[in-house]
Amino acid sequence: MSGHEQYADDLALYALDALRGEDRARVDSHLAACADCRLELEHLRGDTALLALSAAGPRPPLRARQRLLDAVALEAREPRVAQTSTRPSWWGWLGWAATVAVVVFGLSLWRENSALQQSLASMNSRAVENRRELEELRRITAPILDPETQRVTLVSTKAAPQPQGKAFYLRNRSSLVFLANNMPPLPPRKAYELWLIPVSGAPIPAGVFKPDAHGSASVVNPLLPAAVEAKAFAITVENENGATAPTTPILMMGAGE
Amino acid sequence: MAQLYDRYSSIVYAVALRVLGDTGAAEDVLQEVFLQLWRKPSAFDAARGSLGSWLAVITRNRAIDFLRKRRPETDIDDVVLSVAPDLAGDAERARAAEKVRGVMGTMAPAQRSTLEMAYWEGMSHSEIADKIGEPLGTVKTRIRAGLITLRKAFQG
Repeated sequence: MSGHEQYADDLALYALDALRGEDRARVDSHLAACADCRLELEHLRGDTALLALSAAGPRPPLRARQRLLDAVALEAREPRVAQTSTRPSWWGWLGWAATVAVVVFGLSLWRENSALQQSLASMNSRAVENRRELEELRRITAPILDPETQRVTLVSTKAAPQPQGKAFYLRNRSSLVFLANNMPPLPPRKAYELWLIPVSGAPIPAGVFKPDAHGSASVVNPLLPAAVEAKAFAITVENENGATAPTTPILMMGAGE
Repeated sequence: MAQLYDRYSSIVYAVALRVLGDTGAAEDVLQEVFLQLWRKPSAFDAARGSLGSWLAVITRNRAIDFLRKRRPETDIDDVVLSVAPDLAGDAERARAAEKVRGVMGTMAPAQRSTLEMAYWEGMSHSEIADKIGEPLGTVKTRIRAGLITLRKAFQG
């Protein structure tokens, strides 16, 4: 660090987030060119973590845990409910594939665009976000395009107007895209929940959705346990935050084609 | 996420509360830190350090931003730590905390208070210099020396 003594003290301030404006910009440009100083900064940040340890105090209130988990559950589901698709025709395989492509690309770009806007301040972040966006798009479209994808059509068990759902599940990526249409509207604070029925074991929650005014909805890449083999998919009605196990009888179900 | 919360929420909350002195605000920072982690799990590089330490740093920075009513300067993606002890276990954390308190106790009072003003109150070096009536250079050097002292105590 001999050539960098003039930065040594500033790095400590930087690690404490105490450098602003011009001072910070000066150190930023040095850091961009100096791996030794970048490493020293990492060490200094680690040292600040040690200081954090001396904070002892009461545990957070119990409600904070539930508040977080509720917020996380909402975030996991909200971005994955589709905007209204203006395409009138769902029928035919080509129609499905095209609509799915529009929906998933739209969702992916919407989500990554929000992330991008947050990263605009830093050029490095922007480059990383672009790579992530591409990876995200690849990840989302994989279950539609891959020949290994299990395709499931769900039909109503009752005689009434024809709700239909189609699930595209790529097991090796734990990747699931689900589209529904003609879904009957729901009472307030209720939602449909999609379940992955494994070969053995209990149904696995695979996303919560509410139909739009046209009765259409989608679920894109809900969090799923890795590489579960799906025997079937099913839908029940649950409270709008979703349930961890079905609480009502199965409304729609389908097994692989 | 529930497991991460159960493991690390106490340190996040303790740090936030120490900075902010207000349980409601500390709870808000707690929420924000975990939600940020949820949204960008890739921001934390597991190969580089321990999640507990990383969370502690993020939390302190966000809490200071909140305290000083300013915008965050650093994206959580850019916060990388090296070689910090793992704070996951309650026992390990308690031992490390004791050690830190010990080191702080043996530090020269001027150095300790300078470091604490910078860390827990987020005061800038010029604010500290004004407050204690010392030159800027002295304040900066003390802060760095304090951090290095802590580092050495854990390296031995």
